Amino acid sequence: MSARPTVSVPALPDDGLVAIIKRDCATCELVVPVLGDLARTHDLTIWVQDDPTFCADIGSRLDADLAVSWHHDIETVPTLIRRTGGEEADRIVGWNREEWIAFTGADSLGDGLPEWRPGCGSLSVDPSMTDELTVRFSGSMLRARRIEVAELEDEMEMAFDRGWSDGLPVVPPTEARVLRMLEGTTRPPDQIVATIPPDLVEVTVEQVAINAVMAGCKPEYLPVVLAAVEAACTDEFNMHGLLATTYFSGPVVIVNGPIVERIGMNSGHNVLGQGNRANSTIGRALQLVVRNLGGGRPGEVDMGMQGAPSKLGWSFAEREHDSPFEPLAAARGLPAGTDAVTLFAGQGPIPIVDQLSRTPESLTRSIASVLLAYAHPKLIIGFDCIVVLSPEHGRIYSEAGWGRARVMAELEPLLVRSGAELVRGAGGIAEGLPEAMAEADLPKFRAGGLQFVHAGGDAGLFSSLIGGWVSGDVGSAPVTVEVTP
Amino acid sequence: MTVVLDPTAGRAAAGIETAPRLSSLEGATIGLLDISKPRGDVFLRRVEELLTERGATVHHYRKPTFAKPAPVDLRHEIATTCDAVIEALAD
Repeated sequence: MSARPTVSVPALPDDGLVAIIKRDCATCELVVPVLGDLARTHDLTIWVQDDPTFCADIGSRLDADLAVSWHHDIETVPTLIRRTGGEEADRIVGWNREEWIAFTGADSLGDGLPEWRPGCGSLSVDPSMTDELTVRFSGSMLRARRIEVAELEDEMEMAFDRGWSDGLPVVPPTEARVLRMLEGTTRPPDQIVATIPPDLVEVTVEQVAINAVMAGCKPEYLPVVLAAVEAACTDEFNMHGLLATTYFSGPVVIVNGPIVERIGMNSGHNVLGQGNRANSTIGRALQLVVRNLGGGRPGEVDMGMQGAPSKLGWSFAEREHDSPFEPLAAARGLPAGTDAVTLFAGQGPIPIVDQLSRTPESLTRSIASVLLAYAHPKLIIGFDCIVVLSPEHGRIYSEAGWGRARVMAELEPLLVRSGAELVRGAGGIAEGLPEAMAEADLPKFRAGGLQFVHAGGDAGLFSSLIGGWVSGDVGSAPVTVEVTP
Repeated sequence: MTVVLDPTAGRAAAGIETAPRLSSLEGATIGLLDISKPRGDVFLRRVEELLTERGATVHHYRKPTFAKPAPVDLRHEIATTCDAVIEALAD
């Protein structure tokens, strides 16, 4: 099916009065004699929304597809519009004798009628019509190919059959749903968001919106999804390599800023788990974009050997209000209070259990000991990590007055290993570093390879880590992008 | 009837034509691309021996990291210099 044609809108007269009415409205019935008077004394055009016989004797016309009502934002009938020089000068709604007299300049109007009656809702804003009308009048701006679902075809099954799904049901991307989704952003539907690997396709706002619908997003999440797509398609993030690797990682989306509360993201209980629509669908929308537009499908370019459940899509928000640290996006250089996404190539979470530490020194040692084991205790520098610090652990740092810089400084020496323990064969384990590194002291992480984010419920003396893939210039570096409307 | 919008890019990735197959290695120039995986060099050294025995000239190339696509310049150089390329994975 080809693109939807643009609907033509009948022109209103350059000068004169225009009334919009419907039969199914007592106030419109009431003002029929008034319209009859005005039709004799003024240049009056009458548009009827429902019944072509209504006021036909005084020359009414039928607004058959509600194009006039829709394009002139009619919310109430009757509406009386005064046009001058091709523009709308003013409008009134409902029936109010004094108002109508002043508006039309008539000496008297509607003798015998009540002084005032409220109008009725315009058919063009009837909730049962909204979707149909939005598609009828705005559908032409959508460029995507239309696919008709046959009568005997189930639209949910059809999405699976066509390979659009990550394995879970997707919301069928109807025109009405996609148009509603696009209301979540001020960006035009045809704007290019990014060039997405591996197929290196230029993706538009509309195409991202279609996949966001399928993922289950609400329109207000769309700006976050768009920012995540932008971040994923940077050279630094290296989405192509992340797909192609046999490793476990996928894009992890961490959200900062006031938008977290605005769209209802979870930064508290079960923050890394299920149950919150925004958390569950934003990361999924990004992965559907990668799959459906980039062409990154498991077993094809996505060569994940075991993968990870987090590759379905993983997004969560930072718990900023009582964090001992400045927000992650601020630590990464954006002004505090900026709406932002940070993308990290990772998987997890891996628990960091410490229920006994009450001092920052002891807690820091615990965190370091788990970090040292990430991926393999004998492998270093190759993998970044994000520590997801829990509120109960975070409180130990805030009560001691330890900020991010202090914690990182204290961690640094704790994360250094002696090369002799790490070389191939050491500890009876073949895996390890080349023998030449035996004499060196070596850090677990590259500079900038360790991040902290604060999230979780009030209770639980655990934190966690999100483990990364090949880090930095040779693999993927975290990317932070501002979320714009 | 429900109408849905196509969520895909609506086209396949641009097709890439492979170079013609070589009928003989005699006198051919073969690129060996090490993608920087551990011990890829071991594998490629043996491949080089076998190719040289069969009369081929061998050029060595190396990707900066196995985790990213080969840089455009490197791909161009191989394509314009070699009759065929062997890309090594190893671990």
